[in-house]
Amino acid sequence: MSNPVETRKKSGTIRVDYMARVEGEGALLIKLKADRVQDVKLKIFEPPRLFEALLPGRHFLEVPDITARICGICPVAYQMTAVHAMERALGITVDPMVRMLRRLLYAAEWIESHVLHIYMLHAPDFLGYRDFVELAKDYPKQATEALRLKKLGNRIMALLGGREIHPVSVTVGGFYKTPSKADLQPLVEELKWALDTAFAKAKFLGGFEYPDFEQAYEFVALSHPSEYAINEGRLVSNKGLNIDASQYEDHFVEQHVKHSNALHSVVRGRGAYQVGPLARFNLNYSKLPEVARQAAESCELRVPCLNPFKSILARAVETVFAIDEALRIIQAYEPPPAPKASYEVRAATGQAITEAPRGIQFNRYSFDEHGIILSARIVPPTSQNQKRIEEDLRELIPSIVNQPIEELTRRCEQAVRNYDPCISCATHFLKVKLERE
Amino acid sequence: MKSKPSIGVFKFASCDGCQLSLLDLEDELVALAGAVDIKFFPEMSSNMRSGPYDIGLVEGSITTHHDAARVHQIRKQCQTLVAIGACSTAGGIQALRNWGDTQQWVNRVYAHPEFIQTLSMSTPISGHVPVDFELRGCPVNKYQLLELVSATLAGRKPNIPTYSVCVECKRRGNVCVAVAQSLACLGPATQGGCGALCPTYDRGCYGCYGPAESANSTILADHMLAEGRPQDQVLRAFRSFNACSWPCRQAAEGRGLS
Repeated sequence: MSNPVETRKKSGTIRVDYMARVEGEGALLIKLKADRVQDVKLKIFEPPRLFEALLPGRHFLEVPDITARICGICPVAYQMTAVHAMERALGITVDPMVRMLRRLLYAAEWIESHVLHIYMLHAPDFLGYRDFVELAKDYPKQATEALRLKKLGNRIMALLGGREIHPVSVTVGGFYKTPSKADLQPLVEELKWALDTAFAKAKFLGGFEYPDFEQAYEFVALSHPSEYAINEGRLVSNKGLNIDASQYEDHFVEQHVKHSNALHSVVRGRGAYQVGPLARFNLNYSKLPEVARQAAESCELRVPCLNPFKSILARAVETVFAIDEALRIIQAYEPPPAPKASYEVRAATGQAITEAPRGIQFNRYSFDEHGIILSARIVPPTSQNQKRIEEDLRELIPSIVNQPIEELTRRCEQAVRNYDPCISCATHFLKVKLERE
Repeated sequence: MKSKPSIGVFKFASCDGCQLSLLDLEDELVALAGAVDIKFFPEMSSNMRSGPYDIGLVEGSITTHHDAARVHQIRKQCQTLVAIGACSTAGGIQALRNWGDTQQWVNRVYAHPEFIQTLSMSTPISGHVPVDFELRGCPVNKYQLLELVSATLAGRKPNIPTYSVCVECKRRGNVCVAVAQSLACLGPATQGGCGALCPTYDRGCYGCYGPAESANSTILADHMLAEGRPQDQVLRAFRSFNACSWPCRQAAEGRGLS
């Protein structure tokens, strides 16, 4: 097998044949001519697994367990979006405590996923290491604390769902089993430590060197009147979008790109958009608790932030928020009278959007009177960010084109990682190719 | 000084969850990285070096011509090759295509099916190259994964039980959900390793660790039918994350359910 990573300057071509520190398999190809960008390709060779075709014929109760397997990094996001879609289809209202527990489970996934991405996948770019293990040698305290934070996110998921990857407790109408108040109490002390630690770490991350790069993004995120939206809300943007999940397919279209196999998700009539922590931070800043706003101030992350490299700071601030929210929920929690709501099955269609760690995820399911799935549509966050990632690269490269090839390559990879791409989720977008006019 | 044993982590069609289990070993990761030379683990490190590798951990199933060739290259470079997780040991949930019309499925999902190159079957690693050990689970248990790596490095047999989920339920003191709550439970035929998670959370086991050693899944399917469960429900119960494992296939097809 040849060396999987080859960075060379040959006819102005930069190739990274195997992108590291992203989830899934992808490659990056950039063609330059006379220092001008000729071509940018973020090539995804993750093989398609055809989830939307294997779901029809299954019962809707099986869907959350199956769609979790789209992504081992954000299984809760898939489970949540699926159960919300089914509940919207059948008009099920869940108990307020069930709703809080789901928010706790989702916040735990945010903690785990954000800390993983900040320290294991992205921070090495900023500090000049090839991986977390190298970083840990020079920053042992930061590394040890990061692992402990990540472990806490996993511990909460395992407590609520049995295990951190593909938890087993979530179902339509609620949970198979809900914890007692006493089950959750042991988390409180560790969460208090985590809140202080995550706050201090935001300041540490604020000390990184950030490239001077801003874009006029359309940020898209869920927004809720009284909370920092995770599970529900209206879908809004800074360019006037304000819709219900059921209208998603009217406003977002998959567009054919010339000379490309890929379909890009775009806002109808406008184009590429950004989802994820930076979008949420910019759109929902006023809903953040005071401690998270102070964390943002300590790392100098301010609204509006148009620098995608600072998404790592938005992740750090959201980590503070998620820990604070977990504490709030645990302290207010009383077990619901029943773990799940009762309901009657009928033929129906439902859509839902939730905020996965790396951005909104849309699901639509139709099922018959027996609950058997007739059709499924799943739009993961990475496929929505993909066009924006490529546009960032095309805008970024001219400003750094005179740097040594290794530095140029490193910076491009870092720019892709700004979006925490999860390629396992996004296999609808194969062999992306863009050409400059 | 003898050089440290080397590890390569390779991915085929999968969700990344099994290799993520390595990064989820928060308390052991730094020690593990010190004890071995992680030569190839793209999800963790940009420092990717070619083989040979003492241990190759393979996640995912084979679904493309390219991957069918690549797995042979990987086998040649790994002294010990271990398949981790339901995709690599049984084809995974994406192996449901093996009973469907894959081309029709591609047409259903993609606007330009002509650009999609995929095999009509999703198959386990052992269908292509000899595999030294198969670690079950969807996802694998991270402590079993650690035990497997440690045992391989020490040259001993890994301590990975092959008994059924029922044994783990008894050990946890769970009341049987099949008997007490009449839930459909694959526990009697499913290999343990998860710690009987689903029955502990008041639901029936859905078989994500695949068939236990000498599991009689046909009898279990008969029992589920005799309890009055609809045929299509029993078929779907066996046809999931480990659908390709033969006792499950026998249970699903031997009953004339397919």
